[in-house]
Amino acid sequence: MAGIPLTTPLREADLRPLRAGDWVSLSGTVFGVRDATLMRICDRGVAPPVDLRGAVLLHTAPNVRRVGDRYEPISVGTTTSTRMNRFTAPLLERHGVRAVVGKGGLLEDSVEAMRAHGAVYLTIVGGAAAWETQHVEAIEAVYWEDLMPECLWQFRVRDLGPLLVSIDSHGESLYARVRDDARRRLQGLLGGGA
Amino acid sequence: MGHEPVGPRASPDAAVAGTAFYDAVEAAAAALYLRALVDVPPDVREALRQAYERERHSVSRQLLGIILRNIEIADERRTLVCQDTGTPIYYLRAGTGLYLDGARVADALRRGTERATREHSLRSSVCHPVTRENPQTNTGYRIPAIHWEFAAGADYLEVLCVPKGSGSESMTFLRMLPPADGVAGIRRAVLESAVEAGANPCPPCIVGVGIGGTADQCVALAKRASVRRLGTRNPDPEVAALEGELLEAVNRLGIGPQGLGGDTTALGVHVEHAYTHITHNPVAVNMQCWRGLRATGRVRADGRTEIET
Repeated sequence: MAGIPLTTPLREADLRPLRAGDWVSLSGTVFGVRDATLMRICDRGVAPPVDLRGAVLLHTAPNVRRVGDRYEPISVGTTTSTRMNRFTAPLLERHGVRAVVGKGGLLEDSVEAMRAHGAVYLTIVGGAAAWETQHVEAIEAVYWEDLMPECLWQFRVRDLGPLLVSIDSHGESLYARVRDDARRRLQGLLGGGA
Repeated sequence: MGHEPVGPRASPDAAVAGTAFYDAVEAAAAALYLRALVDVPPDVREALRQAYERERHSVSRQLLGIILRNIEIADERRTLVCQDTGTPIYYLRAGTGLYLDGARVADALRRGTERATREHSLRSSVCHPVTRENPQTNTGYRIPAIHWEFAAGADYLEVLCVPKGSGSESMTFLRMLPPADGVAGIRRAVLESAVEAGANPCPPCIVGVGIGGTADQCVALAKRASVRRLGTRNPDPEVAALEGELLEAVNRLGIGPQGLGGDTTALGVHVEHAYTHITHNPVAVNMQCWRGLRATGRVRADGRTEIET
């Protein structure tokens, strides 16, 4: 299953038709960001060195090899999005980000921001870095090398996927659905007295 | 101010570790750290295959299929399975038939970790907790973390390397329950922790549970349990029965692979225990992601090394 092909930069019209449970694949530019990168942008108010309008962000800090003045990817995988949840709404509102690729999901306020701004969260399998790296054609640019490995990475990807639309732009989150269901099952397992 | 040694000295026939031994420990640390990152242990592979076969939820089956494909690609290309090089941890079992210098062993483990990082361009995942400065070595003050255990009579040092991924490590829980909460309280703590962890620790996980001991022991036992080989049981039959019961219950939560629903939330639930204070009923939970990162080797006094495959 290859999924619905999407090419960056993304427009709201590309994303509104997508529904939670759809599969997509991405080609074009994806920006790798992580805790240190997002703290610099959102907490310290440093303007990102790239235009993030229509951008896809990937929660990652890769393993790379320095070759001359460039970097080659060794292992590009995905880290847990949830701990970076609070950065999502500002990135959508102020910087025009359209999609976040991650694992672990995002919380209710991010689901609402994605509904309001026409953005989606795409699940990639956490830990599946060998597979993910095969879809990375090149590291096109690296900004903020002082944050190594949590720089702002500009990757060129081809057919990165299948990625699962797990939070769509209509307020539907597969994570919330599973979590609510697990809480109900938990009450049953504990004998209802919790 | 000299102190007279008290009690038995090293056995007269204990092998004495020399330079070749410490060099071999450094080489073993480097080899095991890399191996844990590029290889998935056989028991974990088998459990993932079984989870794939068993899964009835179509999305989760897809996700497990990508996990299995990822392992194949890592095997073919001898590359990292996951990008997280983790916090390096070494569990040591020092044989009492081997006379060694613990400080030199710790130094060799640090050098081995740094060597693997440098030679294989591994991401450095370790930083100062206040300044966040990253030394780019995967080592630093008190890292690698080292745990010493002892094996009576053995003439080797056993080294278990666990590069602990952050997504699963972040999902760690400790409750100092009262005795009156009993085993039901332990069960509740484990299930609530699994629900709270949800998608974050990269399920399907190996859920490590520590019960008893002091607070710090309890958390350490939970982590130790999470790196036990799948299929092994706690030797105490009461605790082993609890492992089986907890596994079934966790898998009835429906959290599933990657927290997106499904039949397999845990590949195993392992419990390690210690006696505890009469007022305590401590329970800790520490998760190991589906990667099941670990690699084991043994180093003998003359430097001969066996890596477990």
